[in-house]
Amino acid sequence: MFDHLNVVATIVFVVFFGLVTGLGFIASRWKAADLDHINEWGLGGRRFGPWVTWFLLGGDLYTAYTVIAIPAVVFAIGAYGFFAVPYTIIIYPFLYMTMPRLWAVSHKHGYITAGDFVLGRYGNGWLELAVSITGILATMPYIALQLVGMEKVILALGFSGHGLMQHAPITIAFVILALYTYKSGLRAPAMIAFVKDAMIYVFIIAAVIVIPIELGGFIKIFAAADAAYAAKVAANAKLAAGVTLTPGQIGPYITLAIGSAMALFMYPHAMTGALAASSSKAIRFNTMTLPAYSFVLGLIALLGVMAIAANVKVSSPQDAVPQLVLWAFPDWFAGFCFAAIALGALVPAAVMSIGAANTFTRNIWKPFIHPAMTPREESVLAKLASLVVKVGALAVIFLMPTQFALDLQLLGGVWMVQIFPAMIFGLYTRWFNGWALLVGWAAGMVVGTALSWGEKAWIPVHPLAWDVPFIGHVDLGLHFAAYNGLTAVAVNIVVATVLSLVIRTQATDETAPADYEDSAVAA
Amino acid sequence: MRHLLLWIPCVIALWAPLYNMTEPTLFGIPFFYWFQLLLIPVSALTIYAADRLRKA
Repeated sequence: MFDHLNVVATIVFVVFFGLVTGLGFIASRWKAADLDHINEWGLGGRRFGPWVTWFLLGGDLYTAYTVIAIPAVVFAIGAYGFFAVPYTIIIYPFLYMTMPRLWAVSHKHGYITAGDFVLGRYGNGWLELAVSITGILATMPYIALQLVGMEKVILALGFSGHGLMQHAPITIAFVILALYTYKSGLRAPAMIAFVKDAMIYVFIIAAVIVIPIELGGFIKIFAAADAAYAAKVAANAKLAAGVTLTPGQIGPYITLAIGSAMALFMYPHAMTGALAASSSKAIRFNTMTLPAYSFVLGLIALLGVMAIAANVKVSSPQDAVPQLVLWAFPDWFAGFCFAAIALGALVPAAVMSIGAANTFTRNIWKPFIHPAMTPREESVLAKLASLVVKVGALAVIFLMPTQFALDLQLLGGVWMVQIFPAMIFGLYTRWFNGWALLVGWAAGMVVGTALSWGEKAWIPVHPLAWDVPFIGHVDLGLHFAAYNGLTAVAVNIVVATVLSLVIRTQATDETAPADYEDSAVAA
Repeated sequence: MRHLLLWIPCVIALWAPLYNMTEPTLFGIPFFYWFQLLLIPVSALTIYAADRLRKA
């Protein structure tokens, strides 16, 4: 099990990992307050200023899985993996327009989750349930993938166990994570994010300076990548790969960027991070400063082409970055980089489990099982739920093939966009009817899932031509493929609009137009 | 007006045929990559400009 262990790298890894997780336990005393209240445990008391929010959201959105998966796609097929850059560019202008409104109304009415807002706005408990279940379903595989990212770097340290022992290191890491999340709530990942993000920045700056020098410059790197993609395409004519996009990849590239951007802030963990901000000013500040992380992500994506030029040997593209790190750096620094990536898994995993736990407690358990909950009971249940969510994610890794977690994560994105109409349209108008949005959501879920189903594997994109049951072949004549999440949300919006024209009965709306106004506008 | 400003980086970022080429390269990096990387700080500056307009 330890025969091939890289001792120096492992020691550095364990030391950094231990030091930083220790912070997670101290975090309960930071900005001290009564952690028996869900607003304190699950949202840090909404007291995170611009900088804390920056580190928390940055650590929360740009995860260990991203650091492994985006360069893996670039390593495997090239330019297509760079879709993460336009995706993360368009998020922030969108966030600037919408999130201060959501923050303002949530602050006014004490909303903690997407489900809270939907219930307040549309007065429809079933729509609240649909929104909440979507969030939890999409979050579970996402947490599982953080474990995959962590496992990849532990594998690269030379740890090779069999059977149950194979998962021993991540089990230990996850027990630690579960304990400090339980104790400190959202304060723990916020505090850990400071150190973890600093470590990631050191790793990436070193990588983009040192590796191109070792490889003889970017001209050589891209020439090697070009040759590698050409060889892959020559071996398999169906494969689309290259230093730039093939014509067939352009439609998927654009629609994947739009759909992913629409989905991101619908996830419970993203919303938790944003609503924990102390003011809408803190959120606007972050829409201008979070692009720094996007830039780092773009540089990380370039590690994919560097791994090709370095000629690293991998069994799966997801090993490209860890192997490149081992190839390029001395052992002690490789251990540091791996600790940075592994800690990069713990921050989002903690926020995701808190977001899912808040959602379960407030929007599923409380309204449907036990309406008379006290704030203290809410907090106790949310803490327990965060444990259950993590055990569930661990079970996914133990019991299911990794491919299954990947497929579920992909479907999770397609599902998550389906709450976009209820959430974002709802920030501006109450014209849509709650029931109409619920039927639209259901239509979007079915269409998105059906489009993604493939005989051999789940696929994220589909040509804009379909064989529709009972109708026959429908072709929009656009001749390009689009991200299923986007196609499905278009169906969702059409259904919700048509039904809203028909159903004009209105449930109560506890929010007033003034609640959405950005109070800091006048300041 | 300021919201119009926010649309500019989005439209450019999504207009893939605009930058889907290797030339001109920068330090050996194909146009496709460095143009999109450059667009990130530009988009942040656009948001900053829009925010200044809001306060003005």
